[in-house]
Amino acid sequence: MPLGLLKYGLSQDFPFEKDPDLPLPTDLKGQYDVVIIGGGGHGVATAYYLAKYHGITNVAVLEKGYLGGGNTARNTAVIRSNYLTPEGVKFYSESVKLYENLSNEFDFNIMYSQRGQLTLAHTDATVRAFRQRAEVNKHFGGRTELIDPTDIAELVPTLNLNPANLPVLAGLWHKDGATARHDAVAWGYARGATQRGVELHQLTEVTDVLVSNGRVTGVKTTRGDVNAGAVIQAVAGHSALLAQKAGFPLPLVAYPLQAMVTLPVKPFLTPLVSSSALHCYVQQTSRGEMVIGGGSDPYPLYNSRASLPLKESLISSAVEMFPFLSEMRLLRQWAGITDMTSDYSPIMGLSPVENYYIDAGWGTWGFKATPICGKTMAELVATGGKVPELIQPFELTRFDRFKQVNEMGATAASH
Amino acid sequence: MKIMTCPLNGPRNISEFVYGGQVKAMPDNQNVSDAEWAHYVFYEKNDVGIVLEWWMHSPSSYWFIAERHNATDEIIRTYPADELFKQRVDFVANEGES
Repeated sequence: MPLGLLKYGLSQDFPFEKDPDLPLPTDLKGQYDVVIIGGGGHGVATAYYLAKYHGITNVAVLEKGYLGGGNTARNTAVIRSNYLTPEGVKFYSESVKLYENLSNEFDFNIMYSQRGQLTLAHTDATVRAFRQRAEVNKHFGGRTELIDPTDIAELVPTLNLNPANLPVLAGLWHKDGATARHDAVAWGYARGATQRGVELHQLTEVTDVLVSNGRVTGVKTTRGDVNAGAVIQAVAGHSALLAQKAGFPLPLVAYPLQAMVTLPVKPFLTPLVSSSALHCYVQQTSRGEMVIGGGSDPYPLYNSRASLPLKESLISSAVEMFPFLSEMRLLRQWAGITDMTSDYSPIMGLSPVENYYIDAGWGTWGFKATPICGKTMAELVATGGKVPELIQPFELTRFDRFKQVNEMGATAASH
Repeated sequence: MKIMTCPLNGPRNISEFVYGGQVKAMPDNQNVSDAEWAHYVFYEKNDVGIVLEWWMHSPSSYWFIAERHNATDEIIRTYPADELFKQRVDFVANEGES
């Protein structure tokens, strides 16, 4: 158990007043070594690893809203590495390993809970694809296996094994699958980064990127201009819009992704359960709420509105999987804007502008990559643009060379 | 329910339609570099505003063009593709290609 939690439990007074997690806001300086645009999980994780491993602390994280208030707050907090491509599995496995130790590293509880993730196959073709995913995963050190309906019934007794007349043939059982409190991940990284001297500026919107002679020199913000030696963009759904301000296009399409939670009930569902044919996943949070999520909207939109047809289809799939959910009440629903690539892999690394680094294309797979993404982006910036081996397959130029990383293990991809 | 007007079948529930990507000008497929072709295939216009898109009415497999605002989701106009495309495009393999 993290020591901070124990101290908090035994403390007589309210500890936050004496020891705030984040420093009070300061003035924006005119110059930083590194400016990170976007104060979500990825942005603050990059700042944290820059300070921790590379001693670079003259760093500003600029966030137009509040810390972790964008897609970091809107994702459904699934952590897994059972992807299909070797490039993807290697990358996400490293992320799972970092997550496992984050609470201790931060001395801040991220409520990491490794309950396993189960994906259901309803057709022979999916069973074959799952066999391949299990083998690729095992090869790179993940714990993934194919299990039969008897094992599934034992693992999740409340699951309907014939949802929507699509009998469950097998399951991809990923023991490393986990969940964590997404706000705590962002706060843990932000706290660790600011303790080491990084400045977090919330309510500070970047309105333009300053480029001269093909090299980034700084950014314009709503609080004045800032010079920067290097700039990283980590702005999820708005990645393509921001990159245009830096002067280059990104091969992204923005789709809304909708999700919802029910009122909390007593814990009954340990694993995270997902159906490949119904495009729906269901999990119970540590607070007892049932989270229901699925694929992206059927067409692009820069808007996080809700739509009734998508909600209906999500709920009907969830009720098919767990019929008693029809008795429960919804608590909240929301949407986020996902920046989808055509190959369901991220875009990380160098950009056409010198010293301007991209962390984009995170579609529906951004939260689980937060730690490894921060670590590799920090290494990239600290070495002045030497791309770490782990993220080389995800560089922007892969599209021009027709070298996509076809990640059909992504949630939004049809299996 | 959101309604889209199909030029062939009239107003229908949007769940009857399939999105088919933005309308883009295709470069000459006989004389194009790999990078230009990649740009045509993978990149779309990414501004917030009115976009020109391909849509299909699924029950009738009818393809048409829609003008839609990509932030407000307002469908401004839908019309048959022959308003924009007057000529047939034929793909002919180069000599020596299979």
